[in-house]
Amino acid sequence: MAVRDETSADGSATAAVAEAEPAAVEFEHVSIGFDGKPVLNDISFSAQSGEMVILLGEAGTGKSVMLKLANALIAPDFGRIRIFGEDIGTMPEQQMFTFRDHIGMTFQESALFDSLSVRENVAFRMREQKVDDETIERRVREALRFVELEDAIDKFPAELSGGMRRRVAIARAIITRPKLLLYDSPTGGLDPITSTTIIELVMKQRDVYESTALLVTHRLQDAFMLATHRFNRSSNAMERIPGDGVDPNTVIMVLRNTGIAFSGSLLDLLRSDDPYITEYLAQ
Amino acid sequence: MPIGELLREKVLAVQEYSLLSWNALTNVFRKPFYWADLFTQADLIGFGSLPIVMLTGFFTGGVLALQSATTLAQFGAKSVTGELVSLSMIKELGPVLTSLMVSGRNASGMASELGSMQVTEQIDAMRALGTDPLKKLVTPRVLSTIVMLFFLTIISDALGTFGGGLISTTMLGLEGAQYYHMAYQYLRYPDILEGLIKPIFFGFIIATIGCYFGMSTRGGTQGVGRSTTQAVVVSSVLIIASDFVISRLMIGVFGR
Repeated sequence: MAVRDETSADGSATAAVAEAEPAAVEFEHVSIGFDGKPVLNDISFSAQSGEMVILLGEAGTGKSVMLKLANALIAPDFGRIRIFGEDIGTMPEQQMFTFRDHIGMTFQESALFDSLSVRENVAFRMREQKVDDETIERRVREALRFVELEDAIDKFPAELSGGMRRRVAIARAIITRPKLLLYDSPTGGLDPITSTTIIELVMKQRDVYESTALLVTHRLQDAFMLATHRFNRSSNAMERIPGDGVDPNTVIMVLRNTGIAFSGSLLDLLRSDDPYITEYLAQ
Repeated sequence: MPIGELLREKVLAVQEYSLLSWNALTNVFRKPFYWADLFTQADLIGFGSLPIVMLTGFFTGGVLALQSATTLAQFGAKSVTGELVSLSMIKELGPVLTSLMVSGRNASGMASELGSMQVTEQIDAMRALGTDPLKKLVTPRVLSTIVMLFFLTIISDALGTFGGGLISTTMLGLEGAQYYHMAYQYLRYPDILEGLIKPIFFGFIIATIGCYFGMSTRGGTQGVGRSTTQAVVVSSVLIIASDFVISRLMIGVFGR
């Protein structure tokens, strides 16, 4: 919440007026369906700047659809979506291409361009922005160093393991330091050790650059780890938040039957007496 | 599927195809322009198709001379073989056969390449990275196909006429000078114009159909296979159908 001073017309009084900063992501009564079947129905939520919203839920509950809606890759049937206060539903597609400079996205299967090397994949957005070669090389190496994959710079996606591809996808998403990050199942199909590495990178991005994020995952342990750990810059590793604390900027949202079954902090989730949530957590 | 639903689907497909074609063309006047992609595609489509187009043109001219000379000899008109081969090649067979060969090679290639990108979310990733896939992927393919097919058709026409000449002189006992004289003498500018207008339309059909089926691919690798087949079938049928329409129009305008 930003606060500004406002002086009246005659200059006699000064009042502190609270000016609301727009939410980074805001869904207002959003509904969408495919082939006549509703997938999301009347979804409303918002994520403030710097917040991370973790989307949990069974397969087919519309988690990935929400990310695509947030990036205007698909349009809702009803409702309004605002990103940093801009209504992306009314934005022409050509303007949206420019607006996406503020948004980084990773896809379920990485979606790396298979005919381009790791360097060119990561550099893709900057090449499109006609940035000079020297800057691109420096930023590509920086991004790859962030995901600890600088050695793979000349490799092609086919030569990388699943975990490495996800890390390259993260590097590609963060190279321009977007204000909003959308992670679609970054740990899906990966072994536990690689999954932890990916979650650590997501946490590092959250805590070091304080970007807003929506993260889709099937794994409860990902949500628990992100909520109960923080990234320590001096040790360059994640650590548990002392005193069994939880990250105040991490919100968990559980989707079920086209709607939101739960939204709140990890502690609220654990305290929830909703039978579905209790059963979901027990699985 | 009920007939109403089927009709709705077909109308929607035509609408999407028209939009893609319109955007692909109007993108030529909008920045950014992907010159590197244009030249890469021109190389793949133009230079890559050269061997099959040369062989097709040469042998078509040859077989045309062979077949027509046999029939013409019955009427004592074997000497006009050159005229028949050059007119057939330049007005019809050159543009149509070259387009069908390029369609088999490139419409399928475009549909499978873009289709694979679509099912692996690379097209969505491109949009998410702020790049218009129509500008980067479709427009360069459409432009390079139109330009390269134009030149490939000229090469095919020339090789077809040459192939006919070679067969006429070596196997049919015609004089080379007589063949080429007849091939040239009866050729008029409208014939050449017709032969050069056709590949412009055919190139547009090949590229837009290939890209449309690629961009609308659904259903994994099976979907990619389906799109590839559909792209070749639809573009081939449209080439032949539009050939009839263009030919009729040209006859209406130039009287030949």
